[in-house]
Amino acid sequence: MSARRVDPARDVARTETAEPVTITVDGEPVTGVRGQSIAGVVMAAGRSASTGGALRRTAGAGAPRGVFCGIGVCFDCLVTVDGVRDVRACQRRAVEGAVVTTQGEPLPARVERVEGERRG
Amino acid sequence: MVEPADLAGAGAEVRDVEVLVVGGGPAGLAAADAARRSGARVVLVEGGDDVGGQYWRHLPAERPAAAEAQLHHGWSTFAGLRRTLAGDPGCEVLTGASVWAVEPGAGALVVRVLVTPSGQADAPGRRHLALRPAALVVATGAHDLTLPFPGWDLPGVVTGGAAQAFAKSERLAVGERVVVAGAGPFLLPVASSLLDTGARVLEVAEAAGPAQLTRGWGPLLTGGGAGVFAAGLSGVGVLAGKTRELAGYVAALTAARVPYRTATGVVAARGDGRVEEVVLARLDATWAPVPGTERVVAADALAVSHGFTPRLEVALAAGAAVAGSGAGAGFVAVDDRGATSAPGVWAAGEVTGIGGADAALVEGALAGLAAAEALGHPAGPEVDGLLRRRRVLRAFADRLAAAHAPRPGWLAQVTDDTVVCRCEEVTAGRLRSVAQATASAADAPAGSRSLRLTTRAGLGPCQGRVCGHAVDAVLGCGLPASTGTTRPPVSHQRRPLAVPVRLGELADLPPATTPTSPATSQPTSEETP
Repeated sequence: MSARRVDPARDVARTETAEPVTITVDGEPVTGVRGQSIAGVVMAAGRSASTGGALRRTAGAGAPRGVFCGIGVCFDCLVTVDGVRDVRACQRRAVEGAVVTTQGEPLPARVERVEGERRG
Repeated sequence: MVEPADLAGAGAEVRDVEVLVVGGGPAGLAAADAARRSGARVVLVEGGDDVGGQYWRHLPAERPAAAEAQLHHGWSTFAGLRRTLAGDPGCEVLTGASVWAVEPGAGALVVRVLVTPSGQADAPGRRHLALRPAALVVATGAHDLTLPFPGWDLPGVVTGGAAQAFAKSERLAVGERVVVAGAGPFLLPVASSLLDTGARVLEVAEAAGPAQLTRGWGPLLTGGGAGVFAAGLSGVGVLAGKTRELAGYVAALTAARVPYRTATGVVAARGDGRVEEVVLARLDATWAPVPGTERVVAADALAVSHGFTPRLEVALAAGAAVAGSGAGAGFVAVDDRGATSAPGVWAAGEVTGIGGADAALVEGALAGLAAAEALGHPAGPEVDGLLRRRRVLRAFADRLAAAHAPRPGWLAQVTDDTVVCRCEEVTAGRLRSVAQATASAADAPAGSRSLRLTTRAGLGPCQGRVCGHAVDAVLGCGLPASTGTTRPPVSHQRRPLAVPVRLGELADLPPATTPTSPATSQPTSEETP
């Protein structure tokens, strides 16, 4: 997933050079451009980021997940932004200084009742 | 946990509106525009930060581009509609506005909306709105349908819609070396958008084989198009724009020497933490992979779409029926002017059947005119022409749908360890073993639901949007009777809460507008108990 922003100098749409925006992802600064989504910034950082471009880990298998639908319907790209959980990274605009934390808590483990334990 | 302080400014207001349009894509924009031309007052709600829908998904205001039209078809149509509505005091466009519930009210539906400040998706404490429309036009569109395969949950595997959305709205290539796969004409614009980003498209793999494709495309490809359209020669003119658009994509692929292979599909994506290779195979006429034909392609992204699935929750909650058979099976049932089975509710565009932007514009206009007419604003003479265009475009769309419709052999690629429900990590093996274990029990219609509850498939945050179709298929639900299935499908589309809502936002509803049905169920549950 070596996602890459189009170089404005070679863009058929003739985009103007955009201002940079820096967010942190799990404490690591990642820079994109103004107007991008958090998902886009993380994707373009790709392998160089500690998350390897993944946006979260699943609760069961601990498997990495990235952007899938890109339009806000699959909820596979949920991240924590400025302390608020479950934000769709593909829908949320990246703003300067946003603190993004990837989510990946394992499911609670089943606890078997110890022999002789009393309820109460 | 949501602190009360976070909910500042989240009070609800209830408002009566004449025509409420839900969705700001081609159909919704055309509906709003037509209703305004008839003289009805309009409110349009759009979940995204700007109108345009997925078809005209575009760069945000802070990313000016001198030649943005280069990335789109019909950009001037969009710019015109947006400008007209924005400058019209009789039309209110609410962006960042998600409909989360539709309830029957006293004499009118109550449409509940949460409004998010621009760019702040999923922020807590969104502003509540309750709208009582005299007429409702549902133009919620559709999202990609992707048939599962081993590894489709790896980062770097995205839908065609995602590849296009990032190309158009962020000027971002999802990868450097990309495979585009799946089925349908949509693969062509996806590949074209990727080429526009400078990415290398290694190949476009279309699942449908020559026989299936010829049935739909044949007359068009051989230039004898006129004869196949009920509308006769008028069809050629109406389809010219569509044909030009498709020809443009084909030219882009040809110029970039991108191979387009039919009867070909993805059987696996592999890689360490992200996609590194894509395994493709030839597919037989049933779409089952032909053993021994596998090829491995080194790629860093895979964009895959097998068509579209309608976004039905608002239409269903408003009481509209879904067509059970025929070309529009599974989509909102409408008459030729967009009226649904529910009084006062119209629907237009992809939610009524996949027809493309041209059809959506025509249907949106028809539905907007019909909704305004029902409120006492007669439509002008344009209706007849619109109806003729609609017939031609729909006939064409139905042929293409048949040419690319998934065939049941695709299930052969779904190995037992393939994740089917991505949210809850439910594998096909788990679904099959639970289905087998309960097969001896008398399987009343509740059977499929109990399978879902047992496995949790479809109960995650996407509310079954991504996996619903595949879960049913793996369980043998809802397939044509010829397959000998006994399980009826469960509607995974009935979502009392149309989008996830934070508990704090529900708690914040003022007592006067507390929903009649208690919203105490989990926000992500998919069915009414």
